[in-house]
Amino acid sequence: MVPLSHYLLLSAMLFSIGTAGVFVRRNLITILLSIEIMLNAVNLTFVAFGRALGSADGQIIVFFVMTVAAAEAAVGLAIIISLFRHRESLNPESWVSLKW
Amino acid sequence: MGWPAGVPNAAAALGWHKKMTPLFIAQIGLTLFVFVMLLSSAAGMVYVERKVAAFLQQRLGPYLVGPKGLLQPLADVIKLMFKEELRPRAADAFLFALAPVISATCAFAAFAVVPFGGDTTLLGLIPEGLRLQVADVNVAILVVFAIASMSVYGIVLAGWSSNSKYSLLGGLRSSAQMISYELSYGLALASVLLVGNSLSLTDIVNRQAGAWLGFIPRWFVFVQPIGFLIYMTAGIAETNRAPFDFPEAEQELVAGYHTEYSSMSFAMFFLAEYVNMVTVSAVATDLFLGGWQGPFLSESFGWVWFLLKVAAILFFYVWMRWTLPRYRYDQLMRFGWKILLPLAVINLLVTAAGVLYFGA
Amino acid sequence: MTPFYLFAAIAVGASLLVIAQRNPVYSVLLLIASFGALSGLYVLLDAPFVAVIQIIVYAGAIMVLFLFVVMLLNAPHEDTEYDERVHPLLRPGPMRFGAGLAAALAVELWWALGRGGESGSFAGGSVTSVAAIGRSLFTDYAFPFEVTSILILVAMVGAVLLARREEPR
Repeated sequence: MVPLSHYLLLSAMLFSIGTAGVFVRRNLITILLSIEIMLNAVNLTFVAFGRALGSADGQIIVFFVMTVAAAEAAVGLAIIISLFRHRESLNPESWVSLKW
Repeated sequence: MGWPAGVPNAAAALGWHKKMTPLFIAQIGLTLFVFVMLLSSAAGMVYVERKVAAFLQQRLGPYLVGPKGLLQPLADVIKLMFKEELRPRAADAFLFALAPVISATCAFAAFAVVPFGGDTTLLGLIPEGLRLQVADVNVAILVVFAIASMSVYGIVLAGWSSNSKYSLLGGLRSSAQMISYELSYGLALASVLLVGNSLSLTDIVNRQAGAWLGFIPRWFVFVQPIGFLIYMTAGIAETNRAPFDFPEAEQELVAGYHTEYSSMSFAMFFLAEYVNMVTVSAVATDLFLGGWQGPFLSESFGWVWFLLKVAAILFFYVWMRWTLPRYRYDQLMRFGWKILLPLAVINLLVTAAGVLYFGA
Repeated sequence: MTPFYLFAAIAVGASLLVIAQRNPVYSVLLLIASFGALSGLYVLLDAPFVAVIQIIVYAGAIMVLFLFVVMLLNAPHEDTEYDERVHPLLRPGPMRFGAGLAAALAVELWWALGRGGESGSFAGGSVTSVAAIGRSLFTDYAFPFEVTSILILVAMVGAVLLARREEPR
């Protein structure tokens, strides 16, 4: 049985990859995908700790996180669609007109 | 264990002697057997479909190739193998090749958790019983549902990677239809779960043993008639068949998402469709029609009962296709969302109330 | 090699490729592969229900939604001249940030692996039954459960409204 720390390290790596994706990429959809990677890393942490502490609460919280992630992905994509209709671009640089 | 003389030395050198019990070998054999059986059932379905369609339309169907046309599927396969494999130049090569693989893989994988017989000892060759199920998972129903929801990708990718208008529209419509009917499918499954009180298909089949009044078998179809109808309707829509096959009908969008495919890739989509039908029928048999239970001989020859029931449902599938007219796409979506889904929810509520009240 | 390392390698590799791909369709497909590996990890953690739900909800529904949007928008690549020549991860801004992040991560990893000691191996346990999860969900967590259903309703209504085409007046 692999020790808990390995699972936590994996989760930390996935979370950092997701964060790097959000900062680095210039495509709205890829940014959303990176957010999903982060959420999954957190799910893995919850399940690993739930298993280590012997309670089912970890899995129940994962259930709620998944539901919220689904809702957030749906609304986020709807926003991207309506933004795309205005500027025909998925680059976040297209919406910097308020920058001084 | 009765192995021949030289084998134990070689096996011991590799450390295999602990694992290669007759049960293990039988399980590997079972996996191969299930795979081959699914392939042959798809081939058999080709023949059955054409013959039944012919008789429904008062003509003869294939009768030249082999006795009574029984070798017709072989001729079809050989024809498909010898066709030229085309690929549009603007198509995305990797995804174009991947899409039929995803469809076929998901179709076969879904059958892995479906049990088709009780414990059998293969006429005494192996010491303990071998369950006729490739993988005994205790969340089997959810696994079938999960793999079914993955098969949407084969269609979406096929439509998109062909880089042609007809394929893209057909692919998007087809996958939108599949994910819409997945909801009703899942709710029908949930109603059966309430009655069967377990997620494992083997447990649900075992609960359907016995009979009321001596002759009405305890099948769940009598407890959940509407659930059965919803499940079959959603299953037919999921496999893009019969009255719900607008996105891939020949008279409509050319051929939908598999317009640009030819030869073996097309054969894989074809195969995936038939194997999906077999899987939906097999799960329906296990959930609603009592699986391998029968009035007699259900311990060692239960798989014969299973086969008969699955064959009956497959015949029903083919009968539906050649009898009912096709739904138009917007009628199809309206039916799925506005009629079937509320019906499935009400069925679930009524079932929950019934389980609470009657306690069983 | 235990399955853990295989699934972990697939998950990390696929996630890295997700943020490195130019084509959004490939990114989505690679993320699905990563979710599959995570599902395997959940099975190793004796959580089969979460594993299957991950496939059904994440890989089977949310990613289909992403794929639909990418295909319908015919999502262009990040499309200036400069963007075409230089790969997204190699431009000056991201490269400095990424290099810094990678260095920090490598140091942390080395430190964490070097500590050892309280590595917290798992106690012996059994597969969590779905019945236990369900019981807990409908008794202790009943309120969040109901609130989540309202949340999904709000999200559905919001998504339909936001993505609706404006009627020409």
